[in-house]
Amino acid sequence: MTDLIHLSADALARKLASREVSAVEATQAHLDRIDAVDGAINAFLHVNTREALLVAAGVDKARADGDTLHPLAGVPIAVKDLIVTKGQPTTAGSKILEGWQSPYDATVVRRLRAARMPILGKTNLDEFAMGSSTEHSAFGPTRNPWDLDRIPGGSGGGSAAAVAAFEAPLALGTDTGGSIRQPGAVTGTVGVKPTYGGVSRYGAIAMASSLDQIGPVSRTVLDSALLHEVIGGHDLHDSTSLTDPVGALVEAARLGQVEGMRIGVIKELQGEGYQAGVLTRFSESLELLRSAGAEIVEVSCPNFRYALGAYYLIMPSEASSNLAKYDGVRFGLRVVPDGAPTIERVMGATRAAGFGDEVKRRIILGTYALSAGYYDAYYGSAQKVRTLIQRDFAAAFEQADVLISPTAPTTAFKLGEKLDDPLAMYLNDVATIPANLAGVPGLSLPGGLADEDGLPVGVQLLAPARQDARLYRVGAVLESLLEETWGGPLLAKAPEITQIAGGK
Amino acid sequence: MAEINRDDVAHLARLAHIDMTDEELDRMAGELAVIVDSIKSVSEVAGDDVPATSHPIPLSNVFREDVVGETLSNEEALLGAPDNADGRFKVPAILDGE
Repeated sequence: MTDLIHLSADALARKLASREVSAVEATQAHLDRIDAVDGAINAFLHVNTREALLVAAGVDKARADGDTLHPLAGVPIAVKDLIVTKGQPTTAGSKILEGWQSPYDATVVRRLRAARMPILGKTNLDEFAMGSSTEHSAFGPTRNPWDLDRIPGGSGGGSAAAVAAFEAPLALGTDTGGSIRQPGAVTGTVGVKPTYGGVSRYGAIAMASSLDQIGPVSRTVLDSALLHEVIGGHDLHDSTSLTDPVGALVEAARLGQVEGMRIGVIKELQGEGYQAGVLTRFSESLELLRSAGAEIVEVSCPNFRYALGAYYLIMPSEASSNLAKYDGVRFGLRVVPDGAPTIERVMGATRAAGFGDEVKRRIILGTYALSAGYYDAYYGSAQKVRTLIQRDFAAAFEQADVLISPTAPTTAFKLGEKLDDPLAMYLNDVATIPANLAGVPGLSLPGGLADEDGLPVGVQLLAPARQDARLYRVGAVLESLLEETWGGPLLAKAPEITQIAGGK
Repeated sequence: MAEINRDDVAHLARLAHIDMTDEELDRMAGELAVIVDSIKSVSEVAGDDVPATSHPIPLSNVFREDVVGETLSNEEALLGAPDNADGRFKVPAILDGE
C-alpha cells in the first residue's frame, strides 16, 4: 500500500469516499513513511500516532454507518508546531516552550477536527517562525528531501519537507514574510499565504501580528484549495478575521483558466541577486502562460526595494512585544538563579536560557526600533513605507489581474551556509515580504529544476486582497502546463530518501 | 541615523529582560550594527505627506456582545504554569529584600 503516500489529497479523498481505501490504511501508510524516513528528514517534532489512528477509525466507522462526511474526512495532515493543539505538545521550535501543552485548540485545528482529518503530528520550524532555513529550531534542522545537506526553507521547513517527502499529503503553515511560500519553492511543493485575515489566527503563536497568516501546504494547487476552504472563513475568536465568505477556491482550481487574463511581471523582483537557473525556469513559466492565452505585461513596483528594510523594522518591533509574554510566570520555562532572586532576575535568566540567538537578535532589534527617540525614525517610517508598497500593488493591479515573480532568489542552499550571516539569510525573503506588508494573498508552486544544481525553483503568484481564487485559477493552469513538459509531477524527479528511522 | 554599539545592546537587553554574557553582547552588537545599517534607508524614503499603515486590511473596531463566552477553567489556565498554589500562579518575589 506504499502508493497511498504518493496520492494527492484529492485523489486520496476519492479513494476514501469510494471505500477503496480505509482512513486507517491511509493514516497508517503515512505513519509508516514517517517512521521510515523522518530520521533523515527531521520534519516532525512530535508524531501523534494514537490520536491520528483513532480519528481515522472513527471516520471508517462513520462511513460504514452511512454518515455524511466532509470530502477530506480521513485525509491525514501535519500541523506546524507554531499552531496550538490540545493533546499534543506545542513548542514553537523553542526551548522556552519545551514540554508545554496548550489547554485549547487553534481555530484551524478545530476545523480540521470538524472535517475529521487525522493529525499526524507537529512539524519543525525556525524558533518562533524566525528564519528562512529551519536551522534556528531548538530541536535541530529539518533537511531538504531533494538533498539532505541542504535547507528545506523556513520557517515552515518541517511542513514543506513533510509534504515533499510524502510523509503527509497536506500540512498547515504560517507565513509572516514568506514562511509558507519560500519553503514551498525550495522543496518543489505548493504553499499559499491567504489574504491577511482570510484564515483565523486564533491559536497561532504570534510573531508579528500585522503580518502573520496561516495557510495551506500541499503537493498540488487543487489540494491547497481544498485545505484553504476547510480552514478559511470568519472566526469570532480573531478580531482581525475577515467576515467575507471563504470563496469558491476549489472551483477556481478545477476551472483553471487564464485566457484573456493579464499577468504582470514585477520588474523589481528579478535580475541582480537572482540565480540564473531560477530566472530561466521563471521565463519558461511566462511563455507557458502566454501560450495558454494570458497577456503578459510588465509592472513596476519601485518601493519594493524598501520592503525588506521596512519588514525588518516592523516584524522585530511586533515580535519583541509579542514575545514579552514568555516571562517564566504563567507557562513555559522558568529558570531560577541562585540566591533569592526577584522576578526580574528570573525573567532575565529564563529568557536567556529559553530563547535562541535569532530570537534574541530580533527582540533586541525590535526593542531598539521601538525605543524613545527612534520610534518615529524607524517604526513610524517603516509603516509609511508600508503605505507606499500598498500603493505600488494598487497601481500594479490596475494593469494586471495577477502578478508573478520567482518565489525566492535562489534554490536551496547548504545547511550552515548562511547561519553566521543574518543579513544574507534575510535576503531569501526579498520576493515574498511585499505580500505580507500589503496583506495580499500569494501562492508558490514548483517551476522546475535549476540547470546548475538540479534543485527546485518556485514561481510566485500574487493577487489583490480578497481575490485568493485568482491564485488557484492561474496556478492550476501553470501547474498542468509544467507537468506536461515534465511528464508528471516535479516531485517524481526527487531522489529516493535514505531510510533512517525516526523514533519520535 | 545612530549607530548601535555594545552599550546600547546591553541597555536594550536589560529592557527586554534577557541576560547576556560579554561574548554575546560583543557578537550581537556587531551583527545588529550591520542589520541597522542596511535598513536605515527606510527612514529616508517616505515624506510627511505619506500616512502610516499599521494594519494591511483596514478594519474599524471589532466588538462582540458582552456575554461570557468560552473560557478556560482555573485548572486549565494553570496547566502549563511553572509553579502554582491555591489555584493561582505562584511568582518569585517582586521586590528585593523581602
